[in-house]
Amino acid sequence: MDRVDSLDKFSALQSRLVAALDPGSPTIVVPAGTCGQVSGANELVRRARQVLLERNLAERVRLRVTGCHGFCEMEPSVLIEPEGTFYPKVNPADMARIVEAVADGAVVEDLLFLEPATGARVRKQADLPFFRKQVRTILSRNEKVDPTRLDSYIENGGYSALARALRQGDPRWVVDEVRASGLRGRGGAGFPTGLKWQRLAEQPNGRGKFIVCNADEGDPGAYMDRSVLEGNPHSIIEGMVIGAYGTGATEGIVYVRNEYPLAVKHLAAALQQARELGILGRDILGTGFSFDIRMVKGAGAFVCGEETALLRSIEGLMGEPRQRPPFPVQKGIAGKPTAINNVETWANVPIIIQEGGDKFAKIGTPNNTGTKIFSLVGKVRNTGLIEVPMGITIREIISDIGGGPSGKVPVKAVQTGGPSGGCIPVERFDLPIDYDSLTKAGSIMGSGGMIVMDENTCMVDVAKYFTNFLKDESCGKCFTCRKGTQRMHEILDGVSKGEGGPEQLDLLEELALVVKDTTMCGLGQTAPNPVLSTLRYFRQEYLEHIEGRRCRAGVCKELITYSINEQCTGCRACVKACPQGAITGTRKERHTIAAAQCIKCGACRSVCQFDAVDVT
Amino acid sequence: MAQGTALHSLGSKAQDDDAVFAEAQGTAERLSANGDGLISILEEIQEQYGYLPERALRAVAETTGRSLVDVYGVATFYRAFSLRPRGKHLVSVCLGTACHVRGAPVTLGEFERQLGVKAGETTEDGEFTLETVNCLGACALGPIVVVDGRYFSNVRTAKAREIIRRVRANPEWAHELDAAASGS
Repeated sequence: MDRVDSLDKFSALQSRLVAALDPGSPTIVVPAGTCGQVSGANELVRRARQVLLERNLAERVRLRVTGCHGFCEMEPSVLIEPEGTFYPKVNPADMARIVEAVADGAVVEDLLFLEPATGARVRKQADLPFFRKQVRTILSRNEKVDPTRLDSYIENGGYSALARALRQGDPRWVVDEVRASGLRGRGGAGFPTGLKWQRLAEQPNGRGKFIVCNADEGDPGAYMDRSVLEGNPHSIIEGMVIGAYGTGATEGIVYVRNEYPLAVKHLAAALQQARELGILGRDILGTGFSFDIRMVKGAGAFVCGEETALLRSIEGLMGEPRQRPPFPVQKGIAGKPTAINNVETWANVPIIIQEGGDKFAKIGTPNNTGTKIFSLVGKVRNTGLIEVPMGITIREIISDIGGGPSGKVPVKAVQTGGPSGGCIPVERFDLPIDYDSLTKAGSIMGSGGMIVMDENTCMVDVAKYFTNFLKDESCGKCFTCRKGTQRMHEILDGVSKGEGGPEQLDLLEELALVVKDTTMCGLGQTAPNPVLSTLRYFRQEYLEHIEGRRCRAGVCKELITYSINEQCTGCRACVKACPQGAITGTRKERHTIAAAQCIKCGACRSVCQFDAVDVT
Repeated sequence: MAQGTALHSLGSKAQDDDAVFAEAQGTAERLSANGDGLISILEEIQEQYGYLPERALRAVAETTGRSLVDVYGVATFYRAFSLRPRGKHLVSVCLGTACHVRGAPVTLGEFERQLGVKAGETTEDGEFTLETVNCLGACALGPIVVVDGRYFSNVRTAKAREIIRRVRANPEWAHELDAAASGS
């Protein structure tokens, strides 16, 4: 694409691209983000191309490969436009039938989504329970855009928010719109974005200013940032260019974690395309405004999601946080004023500028405006990324969108906010999801991980898991975090083995509060949350481990034994699965497990089709 | 004769070391000129050798003017860097929360048994390195395991054994699968 050197020429280009679009033309859309590709989306794309060529349909039926649409559980899936027909878990062998049906304007009934509750086939994506309660302002764009093509972004209205901002000719207008929107930081802390931008704009401009996109999505169980970067990288670039214009920033950096190779690839290509078109670099779209973005890859350190640690990492140092103030907005990269926002925050910016801050503020609740993307994972039937208005209750998310528990046992709790968050028990599922309610309940919003736990999840084990994670990821600068997370883990490890008495729990609680009060950065201050929230809501489970030497979820290895009950049909599946050869028995007769050899790995239980393996 | 061979191999090791040093210097100079930081430099060196050789760290320190302690500090701070040579095949087991509640520790245990090493170690024959990763962001499909860049979903013990068996039988197996899937 040739460089565009004026706003009018950009509008002309956009009009041309939009005019060339035929919204009614049948299109096969295959989501192929990382999770789609793992499930086999590439094979579907290959097969679809082949069929289109073989049957000479390439002129009539279009094929679009996009990023993740969110319904990961059903991948590899196919979406047919313009009707919105949805085919879940598509087998490559069925692709030819789908392609032919699209060409004929028909539907392949037997491949449609089967509603488990009613047994009825559901044709349209929008009618699936998973999508019905969602408000998909960001994720819906992932369906429309081919992330590897700039013109695909532009023909879907991309960069028109930037053009609008530049036409206004007043950076203050940008900051005012973002303030009016009420947008709060989607990385987890919820600081008002407009206020941060205003502070950056107020900094003296002599030596340059930075804006940073924090794509170091370190919370295990959260992957919305990956999805947006992979599926719509230009939306982040557009948000950042608008932000730079509003705040007077001269340089931009996207700090992305190296565990996301596809996101890195798509973003690198998008940056190059934007530069070639004149959206990045000197004299953007002929307006005299200059700004460029470079990408910095992380190297696998959770603490680098903390903003001061992230800045040091960008400077090529060890990612150790430092004391604030001075805040990054006063002294950031190389001592220059720097504003850091999360991927999802940046993705909201073009929407706010295009639609207006007031309109954005109408979504959600007064102090918590807009939508939030959550990754709904764990023991829930419909796993995937969901985008919902703030203020929706946990129950609506888990029961209505998530479809309830994935297994036969009921849901017990939900963990939000990753290692910095906490567990919320099922009794409190009427809680509205917003920054303030979650904090009050002892958790945090965090970046949006939502891990559903059922009766087979042990809360002591969950707390142990997070303290193990945090003791490894603590940078070690503050003694109370370095040793505190380690000691909390040791105590929890003891509890999981049934060691000690109830006084261990008092010690754990006291220690957790000390860590909370005496550490410097967000990692340490929130590190006790998984411990404190499980102690608060699931103390009984802790006590059972210590006093009864019992793990009711059947997770803590030292406290459980495996046995086979009378439902065993003698199919020998478990015999083959057992890595220790601890299971014996002849075909069609009840098997037995030799306790002395059993290493409690659970392999037998995961292969048994008859619920014949008991854990007590 | 035996002594001669030993001396000879020592000599070639020293030459290799010099080559590593020179190459790392070149990488550091080139990337520094680009404005890239220490992390990017180390990333590129690691990509080349599969780990960070000591001589390369010395070269980076000398070229960038940073102290060796600083360079070593960065190299040990970040999980992505390894100071020891890694195996021909890299097996990464995701231990993110979603994978954890879906049984990733059991999967990891099976890989440890199959390979006879603990997480973070390399098999004696230099074939496999077993690592854990905190989250790969494919949480709906856990437990996730990545072998030689190829992602595998829902890896339970049986699948873990199958993966190792396949890679042992055909070292190119994971790459071939990947190439076949992407149609290239």
